[in-house]
Amino acid sequence: MIEVKNVSKSFDGKPVIEHINGVFERGNSNLIIGASGTGKSVLLKNMVGLMPPDEGEVLYDGRCFTDGNKELQTEVRREIGMLFQGGALFDSKNVEENVGFPLNILTKMKPDEKLDRINFCLERVGLENVNKKMPSELSGGMKKRVGIARAIVNNPNYLYCDEPNSGLDPQTSIRIDNLIKEITDEYNITTIVVTHDMNSVMEIGDYVMFMFQGKKLWEGNKEEILKSDVKELNDFVFATRLMKNIYPR
Amino acid sequence: MRSLGKFLIFIARLVIRREKFVTYIQLTIDECIKVGYNSLFIVTIVSVFMGAVTTIQTAYNLVSPFIPDYVISLVARDMVVLELAPTVMAIVYAGKVGSNIAGELGTMRITEQIDALEVMGINSTSYLVLPKIIASLIMYPMLVVLSAFLALYGGFVAGTITGVISAADYTFGIRADFIEFNVFFALIKAFVYGFLVAAISAYKGFYTVGGALEVGRSSTAAVTSSCIAILLADYFLAQLLLG
Repeated sequence: MIEVKNVSKSFDGKPVIEHINGVFERGNSNLIIGASGTGKSVLLKNMVGLMPPDEGEVLYDGRCFTDGNKELQTEVRREIGMLFQGGALFDSKNVEENVGFPLNILTKMKPDEKLDRINFCLERVGLENVNKKMPSELSGGMKKRVGIARAIVNNPNYLYCDEPNSGLDPQTSIRIDNLIKEITDEYNITTIVVTHDMNSVMEIGDYVMFMFQGKKLWEGNKEEILKSDVKELNDFVFATRLMKNIYPR
Repeated sequence: MRSLGKFLIFIARLVIRREKFVTYIQLTIDECIKVGYNSLFIVTIVSVFMGAVTTIQTAYNLVSPFIPDYVISLVARDMVVLELAPTVMAIVYAGKVGSNIAGELGTMRITEQIDALEVMGINSTSYLVLPKIIASLIMYPMLVVLSAFLALYGGFVAGTITGVISAADYTFGIRADFIEFNVFFALIKAFVYGFLVAAISAYKGFYTVGGALEVGRSSTAAVTSSCIAILLADYFLAQLLLG
């Protein structure tokens, strides 16, 4: 479980996120949604420690991540897997080296054990026989899947996904969404997905936090989101004709 | 002052919360190949021509019949060892290796590869930058030694082919009044420049913000700042050790 308590962040005196509170439960696909520029990615960076919050705290199963204890931060970070928006695969390493990277650095596994684990994770995300390919030889969807394989290779307790569907076609998007959901259920981990894709919300949203202009405006699940009377949320959810037609109000 | 402080914190982070020692061995070997072996071609070309031109121009300036010919190679030797091999080559090194380091780290920054390392709990500064600095400290002095040798050889070839100095005079000149400390001084310079180029370029690349345009700017800034730092260090080292 990840708890966010009263987290705020500003840049040059201009608040970007203000007093965000939320509880992200283990075994759930927790989604943070909102339009571009509402502070979703800033909140995510605050939560994983890439950017310290100005105030507030983030707790990982009761362990305060933001109190400046570097050893605890390192310990918690080694339990985190993260899928970045562009995949963030290391250009100079092939797929196998990318996926095995956390194992090389953070574990003392033997080479054959590592290879088994890498192959298992690659198979889990539906990729086989790509071990020796370089990131530049992969499609966008394949990069995301390699990114997921790398994120789960170390058996994380917490999985973050930053815009996992950006730049992908609808079919690949659904495949990625389902993969995230399956992994969350299978390993019983706390998953947080930052997205503005309503398809993802309706596919996998066990818990949804809606952000608007740096503030948390609404929280609930994917069923409740359709019945909300918050205008800003409705404007966001039903922005497309597709959503209006599928879920008429 | 703020940038200097940020740079010093950056340097301190290289050694705080490092990864296991063995992690760095292969990385450092890879970096040695990148900064050293891959620089051999440019170092060879620049050094040979630098030595050739120095010899020809020194001969052109020494027109008095009272000055023996071997002075040409003696002057060329001291210029090469004291200044050209360590300092001019450092400028070339900053242009090749410095821009490469800044570009590589800048690209890693904007494509979130550095963030990925941080999220994994890895000290990205130490993991990415320390091997580059160690490799530069090892390889640049070697390049300077090679450069000095090639420059003197280039001077020999150019001097004897054009007839401005005989092979015997050239050989005598480069051995005459030899001061061993000059070589030691050149190596001190090489260590300092090797560190400055790698550290400054890594710093510029590591803190790139933006996109592809900013990566290009970081590379340019890395070369500019490295060159300025080299020239300042050149002056202070000369003042400190020769003054």
